[in-house]
Amino acid sequence: MIPAAFQYVKANSVAEALVLLQQHGEDAKLVAGGHSLIPAMKLRLSQPSVLIDIAGMADLKGIAVNGAELTIGAGETYHAIATSAAVKQACGVVAACVGQIGDIQVRNCGTIGGALAHSDPAADLTAVFLALGGKVTAQSANGSRQIAADDLFVSMLTTALDSGEILAKVTVPVLQKGQGAAYAKLKHPASRYAIVGVAAMVTISNGVVTAARVAVTGAGPQAVRQASCENALIGSNGDAAAVKAAAAKAGDDMDYLGDIHASEEYRRAMVQVYAARALNEALAQARA
Amino acid sequence: MARITVTVNGKSHTSDVEDRTLLVHYLREQLNLTGTHIGCDTSQCGACVVVVDGNSVKSCTTLAARCDHASVTTIEGLAQDGNLHPLQEGFWECHGLQCGFCTPGMIMSAYDMLQQNPNPTDDEVRHGLEGNLCRCTGYHNIVRAVQYAAAKMRGEEVSAPNV
Repeated sequence: MIPAAFQYVKANSVAEALVLLQQHGEDAKLVAGGHSLIPAMKLRLSQPSVLIDIAGMADLKGIAVNGAELTIGAGETYHAIATSAAVKQACGVVAACVGQIGDIQVRNCGTIGGALAHSDPAADLTAVFLALGGKVTAQSANGSRQIAADDLFVSMLTTALDSGEILAKVTVPVLQKGQGAAYAKLKHPASRYAIVGVAAMVTISNGVVTAARVAVTGAGPQAVRQASCENALIGSNGDAAAVKAAAAKAGDDMDYLGDIHASEEYRRAMVQVYAARALNEALAQARA
Repeated sequence: MARITVTVNGKSHTSDVEDRTLLVHYLREQLNLTGTHIGCDTSQCGACVVVVDGNSVKSCTTLAARCDHASVTTIEGLAQDGNLHPLQEGFWECHGLQCGFCTPGMIMSAYDMLQQNPNPTDDEVRHGLEGNLCRCTGYHNIVRAVQYAAAKMRGEEVSAPNV
């Protein structure tokens, strides 16, 4: 399979890429790792007339901890993040999540910014990012703005990013004592994409769950928070009964997609199972 | 069209390619290096794996234009002066293939893995080859072949196991 014809342009900096985006307008697409976009182009599901290559760009790199925040350049690959000592220590769930995506060849190419900007319904990082309550920094010709995780994923393959913007940085919290975060995933046996993935972050103080964020991917059009599940857990002691009650509420607040891999009903059932697993793991970390 | 200069197996090539040319097509059709295979064409099977600037990638999902000024190693680049690379020898000695279609990609993934981890466990070999599918061998002899090569590359005495 060969993509429809397009013009390839390499950008060497964000500033250069922004100029190119303005020049070529809505027919242009940014490409980083390309492992979502190029397959879509080969199937002619996407036919941009211009591809602006932003892979490997120095100003989209960098992993840094600043106080309570971990900031990762959008162009950092899954492999670089999965093997980063700073990420493992500051927010291990991110390293664990990206370390199980695809295979080493995919992880050598795929980027954190690409995953979030693409918003694939079965992406893993979208749920983790949402559960962590992160934010992205988007740059455009007019400057930069921050978009909270809660506002980023609009619908299937659609985010709040404007066509003239580049997702430049991803920021997530550094997990503190009393906090835990985990991602539990039902993998498709062949592709390893998420049939259902649930990410959870919890905060425990004096034996009481004071905060909880839970997000589901794979089961619906885009990653989505689970407010009923979160509210059921907050204020409890996070014991087995509390987790069971909260997990039973997971999946209440979303639309489902069924396909040849799994029906809507099956996905709905699995959301509850994997919510319990993610919550149990996150709570165990928070108590450790 | 894009003009690219790529070092492939140590030799520099300057070529004109269509912007949409995929690396695997460039290697096979313009450089006639047909050892890199096209299997699933959807970046899942790993038959097309090559090493670009020290990282294994799936060449069916890599644009040739992106590889301008890159260094690419393919299966044809492993043997030196007519001597098989330890990985090629390992696959030969340990019967690590049957039809052979997946072998170039298997070997290039293993090559990348052994650069980063010269002394892997069997589990690490299996995990490191998760991006490569073989429909013949059941993988056992592939793992043996990689371990044979790893031992030889570490300078240890090796002999083919009874298989």
